Amino acid sequence: MKYKSQAVAKPYFIAAIGLFLGQIVFGLIMGLQYVVGDFLFPAIPFNVARMVHTNLLIVWLLFGFMGAAYYLIPEESERELHSPKLALAMFWIFLVAGAATILGYLLVPYASLAKWTGNDLLATMGREFLEQPLPTKIGIVVVALAMLYNLSMTVLRGRKTTINLVMLIGLWGLAIFFLFSFYNPGNLVKDKYYWWWVVHLWVEGVWELIMGAMLAFVLIKVTGVDREVIEKWLYVIIAMALISGLIGTGHHYYWIGAPEYWQWWGSVFSALEPIPFFMMTVFAFNMVNRRRREHPNKAAVLWALGTGVMAFLGAGVWGFLHTLAPVNFYTHGSQITAAHGHMAFYGAYAMVVMTMISYTMPLMRGRAANSRISQVVEMWSFWLMTVAMVFITLFLTAAGILQIWLQRIAAEPMSFMAAQEQVSLFYWMREVSGLIFLVGLVLYIASFFIKGKSEAATA
Amino acid sequence: MSSAFTKSAARNIFYGGAVFFFLLLLGLTFDTMNTLPKRDNRENLSESALRGKHIWETRNCIGCHTMMGEGAYFAPELVNVYTRRGPDFIKTWMKIQPSGAPGRRQMPQFHLDEQQLDDLVSFLKYASEINTSKWPPNIEG
Repeated sequence: MKYKSQAVAKPYFIAAIGLFLGQIVFGLIMGLQYVVGDFLFPAIPFNVARMVHTNLLIVWLLFGFMGAAYYLIPEESERELHSPKLALAMFWIFLVAGAATILGYLLVPYASLAKWTGNDLLATMGREFLEQPLPTKIGIVVVALAMLYNLSMTVLRGRKTTINLVMLIGLWGLAIFFLFSFYNPGNLVKDKYYWWWVVHLWVEGVWELIMGAMLAFVLIKVTGVDREVIEKWLYVIIAMALISGLIGTGHHYYWIGAPEYWQWWGSVFSALEPIPFFMMTVFAFNMVNRRRREHPNKAAVLWALGTGVMAFLGAGVWGFLHTLAPVNFYTHGSQITAAHGHMAFYGAYAMVVMTMISYTMPLMRGRAANSRISQVVEMWSFWLMTVAMVFITLFLTAAGILQIWLQRIAAEPMSFMAAQEQVSLFYWMREVSGLIFLVGLVLYIASFFIKGKSEAATA
Repeated sequence: MSSAFTKSAARNIFYGGAVFFFLLLLGLTFDTMNTLPKRDNRENLSESALRGKHIWETRNCIGCHTMMGEGAYFAPELVNVYTRRGPDFIKTWMKIQPSGAPGRRQMPQFHLDEQQLDDLVSFLKYASEINTSKWPPNIEG
C-alpha cells in the first residue's frame, strides 16, 4: 500500500463480505421455499426474502466497487485521496442506510414501509431491484456523488491513467443511470422501458467498465506486464462492451410492448455481448502467461483468472443462450433467466470484487500476501463457491428447460404451479449446491483469520 | 495484440463507439416513444388502473410474480391473468389467501378493500391489452 488513505477501502470490503454472507443466507431460505412452500411463512414471505437477497447483492457489490475505487484511484493517481474523512463518513452513511433498509423489509409490511417513507409523494418502490424506499434511493445518490467528488478531485490533481479514468467513467455512469430509478410513469411500458436504463445499462454497460478497470489494476500488479499493453486491452474490452451492450438493451424490449424492430436490434447486438467477456478471459490468461514476476499472492491471481472465465460463461454463454428473440420467446421469465442471473452476477461482479479484496486486503494489513495456509484455505473457498455456482446454474437450467417444455411447448400445457411441482427435484439439487456455496463462503471468511508464517515481505 | 494497433487507436474506438451507440440508442428510443401510442394501450390507463398500479407496486407483487416475464419466477405470470382467470376469480383469490395448505407456496393476505381490488383488476386488465408481440406463448404464461 503506497498511500495511507487507501486504507479507507478496508471497512468497505469488510462490510461487503458481511453483506455477502447475508445474501447467501437469504438465498438459501428462498431456495428452500421453492420446494417447501410454507417455510418461514408468514414471518418471511418469499417476496421479502427475495428483496433482501437481491438488494444485499447490489449493496455489497456497490461497497466492493467503492472500496476498490478508494484503493486503486489514489495509487493510480499517485497521491493521497482528496478526503479520507469524507470517504469514511460515506461508508457509515451507506452502511446505516443499507442496514435500515433491509430491516425495514424484514420488520415492516412493504405497503406500510412505502407509506412512511414518502412513496405517495414520489412513487419509486415495488419495481424489481429498485424496491428501496425513497430515502434510501436519495441516500445512494448522496453517497455516490460524495464519492465521485472525492475521487474526481483526486484524479484531477494527480496522474491520469487509463485505469483511473475508466474506473471514474464507470462510476459516473453508475450514478447517472441510477437517476432513472426516480422515473416511474404510470404507463407500464414506459416504466419498464426506462427501468432497464438502470438495470441493463448498469450490469451490461457501465459496470463492465468498473470490472475492467479493477481487473486491469490487479493484473498489472500481480503480473508486472507493461502498463501500455494492459491499458490497450482495457480500452478494447470496454469499447466492445459498450458497442454491443448499449443497443443490446434491446434484448429486454421484445415482449414489453416496445416496437418489434427491437427483436432485430436486440438479437444482433446482444449476440455480440459475449465478445468483451471472452476478451476478458483471454486478457487475464494472456497477462498471467506473460508475467514478469511471481507474485506471492497466488490466491489473487486465481481470482483474477476465475473471474475472466466465469464472467464469460455466466454473462457471455448463458446470456447468449436465451438472447435471440425466437428463443427468448419461450425462455423469457423462466428459470433460464434465473440460471443466467446467478452465474453472471457471481462470475463477473462478485468474483471481480473478491479479486480486488484478495489482492488488497493483505497489503492493507501490512504484508504482500497472506501465509501459505491462509491462501490454501482461500483457494479452497474459491473452488467450492465456483463449482457450487456452476451446479446451481446447471440445475436451474435443467429446471428451466423442463419448465418451458411443460408449460409453454407441450401439446397440453400445464399450469405454472403444476409445472413447478414437476421440476422440484432440480430445485432440491440447487439447494444442496447452495449449501456447498455457503460452506465455501464460510471458508473464505475464515481465511482472513488464519495467521501462519507470512510470505515474502515485498510486493 | 499487435503493436501496430496502438493504445490511442483503442481509446478512440472506445470513445467513438460509446458516443455513437449511445446516440443510436437515444434515436431508437425517440422512435419507440413515438410508436408506443399504437401499442401500449394508454387509452385504457384509467384513474382506477393507475391506482391499481400503485397497489401492485406497494404490495411488491413483482417479488414473487412476473409481469411480461419480468420479476421473480416463484409464482405465475400476471400479464395475462385477466384473460386466464377473469376479474371475479382474481378478486376471490386475493380474499382467500393464504391457502395454508401444508408445504405449498403461500401468498400473503393483503387486506385490500373492494375498491382496491377493483383497481387492481383494472390495472391487470389494462396490462393484458398491451401489445406484447404475442407473448406469452400460451395462456398459462
